[in-house]
Amino acid sequence: MEPILLRARGTKDSRSIAAYRAAGGYRAIAKALAMEPSAVIAEVRSAGLRGRGGAGFPTGVKWGFVPKDSPKAKYLICNADESEPGTFKDREIIHVDPHMVIEGIVIASHAIGANAAYIYIRGEFHAEALMLQAAIDEAAAAGMIGHDILGSGFSLEVHVHRGAGAYICGEETALIESIEGKRGLPRLKPPFPAVVGLFGCPTVVNNVETLACVPHIIERGAAWFAAIGTERSKGPKLFSVSGHVNRPGVYELPMGTPFREIIYEVCGGIRGGRALKAFIPGGSSCPVLPADKVDVGSDFESVAAAGSMLGSGGLIVMDDTVDMVWALDNILTFYAHESCGQCTPCREGSDWALDVVRRIRRGFGRPEDIETLERIARYASQGMTICPFGDAFSEPIKSFLKHFGHEFSAAIATARPLPDPKTPVLPLHSGSGWHGNY
Amino acid sequence: MAGAPTAPVNAAPPEDVAEVRFDAALEAEIGRILSRYPTTQAALLPVLWCCQERWGWISPGITRAVARRLGLSPASVEGVLTFYTMYHREPPGRYALQVCTTLSCQLCGAADLAGHLQRRLGIGFGETTADGRFTLIDVQCLGACGEGPVIQINNDYYTALTAQRLDELLDRLE
Repeated sequence: MEPILLRARGTKDSRSIAAYRAAGGYRAIAKALAMEPSAVIAEVRSAGLRGRGGAGFPTGVKWGFVPKDSPKAKYLICNADESEPGTFKDREIIHVDPHMVIEGIVIASHAIGANAAYIYIRGEFHAEALMLQAAIDEAAAAGMIGHDILGSGFSLEVHVHRGAGAYICGEETALIESIEGKRGLPRLKPPFPAVVGLFGCPTVVNNVETLACVPHIIERGAAWFAAIGTERSKGPKLFSVSGHVNRPGVYELPMGTPFREIIYEVCGGIRGGRALKAFIPGGSSCPVLPADKVDVGSDFESVAAAGSMLGSGGLIVMDDTVDMVWALDNILTFYAHESCGQCTPCREGSDWALDVVRRIRRGFGRPEDIETLERIARYASQGMTICPFGDAFSEPIKSFLKHFGHEFSAAIATARPLPDPKTPVLPLHSGSGWHGNY
Repeated sequence: MAGAPTAPVNAAPPEDVAEVRFDAALEAEIGRILSRYPTTQAALLPVLWCCQERWGWISPGITRAVARRLGLSPASVEGVLTFYTMYHREPPGRYALQVCTTLSCQLCGAADLAGHLQRRLGIGFGETTADGRFTLIDVQCLGACGEGPVIQINNDYYTALTAQRLDELLDRLE
């Protein structure tokens, strides 16, 4: 497949507007602004573009939810809060071609009738925030952002808003709260942001990669885009591959490419020639899959049928040396740290599950621990919490127990009885109980 | 890794920021921030960032000054401040070494690197060396998993590190 989103990788000064224009950039804006907003939405919808942030919701449908007759202002938000462990593709797009994102933002804003757009970027991405601001300034100087763009009568201002360290702000309603200057606590839905979002106004939140696809769809047409990938998972996808492979990194591939091909051909196989033990297909909140699922295709449907999720395309590869009790401990440390604390099953459940897994790993497991973990996961997931964070830490628990439960049982079977059964295993949090004991 | 080494942060001593006033330059920046949003409160995160850039951390006195300037209660500013992990509420060392401890970096040796750092500096996570040079912080996923292990020093990312490369790097930071 020809590179599309990463076509500028390796070219000189690829972040400059001159390079972007030389590669054909900013042609789609004129075309889109000459189209009715409804026609732009229809084009994106028929291209079959689905959100690249993890949920896979059809982008054109999301845009269509914005009420056309609302007297309120409308907002577009570009979600660059990329924080799901194993995911680093949006950072790559920003490093390679930030103008592609800016062009997508302008077209999407025109489609939904927004005159202001915010790019919410995680606080750690300081360099990337500067890259985006430089691109905004260049685009404004070239008349691609600002008042009456290309004489169309459409005006747009674009601002970068930095987060300050909170995974949950990648959830769209927590992100909105964060821009409003509040703690990033997710909101109950409905109402959905398309109706009541930022500052109480209709708002669309789209991922960086999603928006980067938009100029290509407008310029080359829905049919061209839809011809890439599988029947229901269309277009190119960026896969962030990390862990035990020889060539980790970001790769652009058609959706549906089998994981075997990604791991063994694209990424050069397992480091040190070892055997594959397990992989997480879409970022650490997606269920882990054992090595025998490696022939599954990397499209939304195939991964779901195999019992996991494509998520953000953050593929984490683990070889046969990995202790799966350790791996779940590590994943739960992340989620216990990042729970916003709003809902009891998530706030308490994430800490509790981590406590139990750490106890098992330290050789103090109890026979009832497996059932306790299953119960915590059951009561924190599937609609028991305001946002999907409950599922985000429950799915790893369920899948690790399903595929690698024997490792947990073995650790429990050889456990030493606690010297005093009332001795707490706390402290839990990284930062306080962290002694490099890995 | 190439290029100029990370610039140090010189955090203001607590007695200098027990109470603060915003000078003309900071006021001008706050004015530019406010123009980007329809509400005053939306300026809170960016204004806190400006203050941290100026003083290196957010003292209780700075918290009160931000609250006064934006018409918010000190308690609500404190609430926001403590929700996010990147605002320092104590003066950090000149270099904040933020070590990613999440899965992909761990699979690539982050624990060895963390142990090496603790031994070399003689401090644990959350602590600052006696000379005020380094603060060691364990952080969650930094979003650069393909280049693990990753350490963020102040604003800069350093990737694919080994103990030897890290030693060379730290020797250059004063």
